[in-house]
Amino acid sequence: MTMAIAVAVLASVGTWLIVRGGAVRLILGFILLGHAVNLVIIAAGGTFRRVAPLVDGGVDLETTADPLPQAFVLTAIVITFGVTVYLLSLLARTAKSSARDQSSRDGGGDPS
Amino acid sequence: MMPDIAFLSTWALPLVFIGPLIAAAITFIIGSGPVSRFIGLLVPIGVFAVSVLLVFATIDGQVVVSQIAGWPGGVSIAFVGDLLSALMLGASAVLVFVCMVFAYSAGMGIDRWFVPAVSIMTAGVYGAYVTADLFNLFVMVEVALLPSYILMSRRGTLTTLRAARLYLIVNLTASTLFLGGLGVVYGVAGTVNMAALAGLGVLPAVGIATGVILIALMLKAALVPTHSWLPATYPYTSPAITALFSGLLTKIGAYALLRVISLVYEPGRLVVVIVIVVSIASMIVGVLGALGEGTIRGVLTFQMVSGMGYIIVGVVLAGAVGLAAVVFYLVHHMIVMTSLFLTGGTVEHEEGTGIIRRLGGLARAHPVAAFAFLLGALSLIGLPPFSGFWAKVGLLTAAVDAGEFVVLAVALVVSLGTLVSMLKLGSGVFWGAPMGGRDESDDETPSDVTVGPETVGATGVAIDVAAATEAPPVTKWRPLLVIPGLALALVSLGIGLYPEWLLSLTDTAGRSLDDPVVYITAVLGGGSG
Repeated sequence: MTMAIAVAVLASVGTWLIVRGGAVRLILGFILLGHAVNLVIIAAGGTFRRVAPLVDGGVDLETTADPLPQAFVLTAIVITFGVTVYLLSLLARTAKSSARDQSSRDGGGDPS
Repeated sequence: MMPDIAFLSTWALPLVFIGPLIAAAITFIIGSGPVSRFIGLLVPIGVFAVSVLLVFATIDGQVVVSQIAGWPGGVSIAFVGDLLSALMLGASAVLVFVCMVFAYSAGMGIDRWFVPAVSIMTAGVYGAYVTADLFNLFVMVEVALLPSYILMSRRGTLTTLRAARLYLIVNLTASTLFLGGLGVVYGVAGTVNMAALAGLGVLPAVGIATGVILIALMLKAALVPTHSWLPATYPYTSPAITALFSGLLTKIGAYALLRVISLVYEPGRLVVVIVIVVSIASMIVGVLGALGEGTIRGVLTFQMVSGMGYIIVGVVLAGAVGLAAVVFYLVHHMIVMTSLFLTGGTVEHEEGTGIIRRLGGLARAHPVAAFAFLLGALSLIGLPPFSGFWAKVGLLTAAVDAGEFVVLAVALVVSLGTLVSMLKLGSGVFWGAPMGGRDESDDETPSDVTVGPETVGATGVAIDVAAATEAPPVTKWRPLLVIPGLALALVSLGIGLYPEWLLSLTDTAGRSLDDPVVYITAVLGGGSG
């Protein structure tokens, strides 16, 4: 239940931030949304099984944590991190060009 | 000729993913130069060779499996080559090669990021075609997307940056949704292996969970109602990049939709209705949008949306017949759209604008390019003797077989719309009164589609702005810009004149998609790796 509530809060706040607009809110929104999704995947593996395998002696399938969702999330975190960094630099670049552009002509032609 | 299966599964299949990555590393280290550009051309040739071997190995419906590191099936990361994968690999490799030639002659080869970025992107594309696991599909799509963000924004003008921003945000949303869907699928089915998920779509929980992934794929494939990002982004980057993306990136979405829907779902009434409604909406909205656009690439991107509808609708029509039609249409559409984008890109590079009303009468001075456009347009409309004709015949046959006469009617009427929009494009750009490319008023319009002076540095296109503003600028177009589009149009004509070999291949591919028992046992049952 805590997982479900955490996902709900993260996803709703993330969505709200994204649709509010603005560069920083957009980034933060996507980060929160990413966390929400990561929690969904962890929850999919079953949060009731959380014993580390082998270390505590043997593998009991009833209590040992499912490693696959953890591997998924690890991959997803790396990808999200990379994309977020690129998005940050792109937004910074757009803002800079926009500022320069405003002085020479009146914007226009915004495809978004 | 029967290639060695062990060689294919051990070396060739992983190599289509790893090879381009190695090429990217090498070309990144040595920087831009002739060697780097040569490697950029070598990779698609190698992948094409592998795809030919793969076609011969899978021509009788066999499946080549590579269980990475020899783990047992179902546990391992599996690369799978069936006939569909082989065809997609081959078509993609041809497109990459042709687009590279175009991009080099447009001067993009001097950008040191270009060859490495394209190599990584194609690695992701090829990888997506051979993976048998939904999570790996997600990773492959991300591998293809990350360099595409860079390529998209490389031109560096404000309009391009804004388009790139929108493109990134849309794809990030789709990826987040995809990942969420994966989590839910794993939660309810306990696996994300596509072979293990086969047929589980009849369980409501798995069906709905997979539906989340389908929505994400729909966004990537730009199907209505999630299409609007495509015409707002693709026309605003360099023409070569648009051509490359049109043949590769949205088509991953289409391929994945085809694979997932045909494997996971049984064609129950609900699935059929949803797919048909989405496809018909895409056909209609795409063609209407194309009629309203005023730039070459604007028209063509809406045609992509329309074509995507044609591709996807066959997935639920009459089993194997419909699936075979989908595969044929997919291959045809990749070739023809890229050809048209390349020919349109030539106009933009050489005339300095893609705005239709600023162009006209180009056929007189540039008959070869006009001929290439004509071939591509006729094929897109679906007239004989082009590949588009056989693609539409296959689709309409499947629609009649399935008794879906609404699909039949809409597909025919929308073809007329395609005819009108291509007529408008052709008469505006190649025929009709000459308007003489760039003029003074260009400075007041947003640099939407004009290859403006700002881009000269980025793309290395030497457009002499001052000279171009003077009256009649009848310069000869660079042959290497015209030939790529023409070559692909001729491929389409060739397929149209001799369709039997491709029809027999897509027929086999359609039957294996309809009855994927070989695929499933190969992936799950140990395999030959």
